[in-house]
Amino acid sequence: MEITDIIKEENKVYSKPELLEEVHMHYCPGCSHGVVHKILAEVIAEMGLTEKVVGVSPVGCAVFAYNYLDVDWIEAAHGRAPAVATAASRLWPENVLFTYQGDGDMSAIGTAESIHAANRGENIVMIFVNNAIYGMTGGQMAPTTLIGQKTATTPYGRRVDLNGHPLEITNLMAILDGTCYVTRQSVHTPANVRKAKAALKKAFENAIAKRGTSVVEIVATCNSGWKMSPEKANEWMAQNMFEKYPLGDLKNV
Amino acid sequence: MAKIRGAITVNTARCKGCNLCVVACPTKTLALQPNEVNDRGYHYAYMAEPEKCTGCCSCAWVCPDACIEVYRVKVED
Repeated sequence: MEITDIIKEENKVYSKPELLEEVHMHYCPGCSHGVVHKILAEVIAEMGLTEKVVGVSPVGCAVFAYNYLDVDWIEAAHGRAPAVATAASRLWPENVLFTYQGDGDMSAIGTAESIHAANRGENIVMIFVNNAIYGMTGGQMAPTTLIGQKTATTPYGRRVDLNGHPLEITNLMAILDGTCYVTRQSVHTPANVRKAKAALKKAFENAIAKRGTSVVEIVATCNSGWKMSPEKANEWMAQNMFEKYPLGDLKNV
Repeated sequence: MAKIRGAITVNTARCKGCNLCVVACPTKTLALQPNEVNDRGYHYAYMAEPEKCTGCCSCAWVCPDACIEVYRVKVED
């Protein structure tokens, strides 16, 4: 059997989700953001939410998310995505709101907004991409940077006495009464991508049913910031990140 | 016994040559072009050993740029 006999429209089992625009994504090769965008586009299309969903994009590498996903977006000031999503979800209760935030946006400048939105139990989905570094600005230390991890601002590794402990903001969200679903996933293997997609789907179901805030943390890589190849970054993440940020559901009411 | 045959197409203009699909492929079908590059200078992925492909979609799931399309067909012996 020739390859041309297999490559036919009726045999197609996987293709780029339609909601993902044709435009070239600015992310570095191997960046986890691309995979998260892709599964987000798939989940939105499969749940038939294309016309109902409104995203709030952050400041960080995902600042141009509105160029890549063909749904309605609002661009928030740095860290203020949950506050903007709160307003939008209250003004338009028929719409489904999600925020897409990085570790700088959610666990540094936007800690107050994120925690209070979750504590109020706003009916939004918060997608938190945690790569333990400030990728966009050149690889500086983030609150989620691991102890001993080398970054542009901690060239000898993060020290507890100088820089404090890594912030597990997702665990903080899990103890709040306003959240209904808090989970931590990753997208480095095909199996993990499937699990992350299922988690996103559940989070959107919660937002539609108005059960409260859902937080989906994606433990991600920043191979440019970590100064590794995409393959090595995935290995490093599995060896080091999952110890501090173990995968699985933290809360599922 | 029926056999599963698969094939992929790569959007070579979109591919950034990150190598994640090559690592994820369980049958070692894929490789990066050793010499050819796309307009942006990336060594894009291709099927180095197309007869091994089973159309399992692992490459497509992990591709950050969604540039892989997967085709699968059942072949009767």
